[in-house]
Amino acid sequence: MKLLQALRDEGRGQDIDALVAAIPYAQFLGLQVDRQGDGIVTVLPFQQHLVGNVNLPAIHGGAVGAMLEMTAVLQLLYDTACAHLPKTVDVSFDYLRSARAKTTYGRAIVTRHGRRVANVRVELWQDNRNKPVAAGHGHFLLSPLDST
Amino acid sequence: MTSTPQHDIAEHLQTVPHSRALGMRLVSQSDDHCEIAIAYADHLVGDPDTGVIHGGAITALLDNAAGMIARPRDMHREAAAIATLDMRIDYMGPAEPGFDVHARAHCFKRTRNVAFVRAAAFTHSVDAPIATCTATFMLGTRNTPFRQEPS
Repeated sequence: MKLLQALRDEGRGQDIDALVAAIPYAQFLGLQVDRQGDGIVTVLPFQQHLVGNVNLPAIHGGAVGAMLEMTAVLQLLYDTACAHLPKTVDVSFDYLRSARAKTTYGRAIVTRHGRRVANVRVELWQDNRNKPVAAGHGHFLLSPLDST
Repeated sequence: MTSTPQHDIAEHLQTVPHSRALGMRLVSQSDDHCEIAIAYADHLVGDPDTGVIHGGAITALLDNAAGMIARPRDMHREAAAIATLDMRIDYMGPAEPGFDVHARAHCFKRTRNVAFVRAAAFTHSVDAPIATCTATFMLGTRNTPFRQEPS
């Protein structure tokens, strides 16, 4: 994988900011990453083009889903050195509250990290960490660095 | 089972900011299905090494197609919203770079409160899906502005 290899060659194997900057869809959404302690929190500042319901207004379920998936993948890349970007096998999203016209935050936990596949849980919230707007989990195919 | 008139869906795709930003367009529609598509575009890419579109764009497309067919024909867009309850997507393979991605959704059951929808995303043929999805929607949720909260 050219992107991850290039970052490693520059000694920035875990530079999640550089990775996010290199993914066009993450840039389109306006996704950012914040380091907190030993983990990462994804941050999606509100933008008008994310809106799915103009009356409420609320962020589109697809944008929420995209953020859930990206948060999970970025956590995997943060936790382990991968040869390629993890491939999504399946994702399951629960929409718990309307995601309103404000900044959304995301955090993921790798529940099970096998050699070939990982199970990741992820949660998004806005004002209150204890009131998630969406939750989800997914399976991702991995390509461990030592097997390539 | 009847659903939203075609002109309404086409117009809706132009009105919703995120749908418009992704360039969603209506391909076909009947009473129980609808098909929408996005054109391949550089800003939708999720893997810069392969040029494959990000799963998130496919998620948005599937969610939009599924949500539009979930809405009962007699439930006017301004009067009531519909909200995605949950959604599961299985990815069978990458979307081939350079090709439009279509999503075809089928609503197989509506109750008074809930609609059950299946959808598939594909590039060449609906018989060779790149992703399939099952989603449920809550019908008739609030559609009036949230109160401005003191920050």
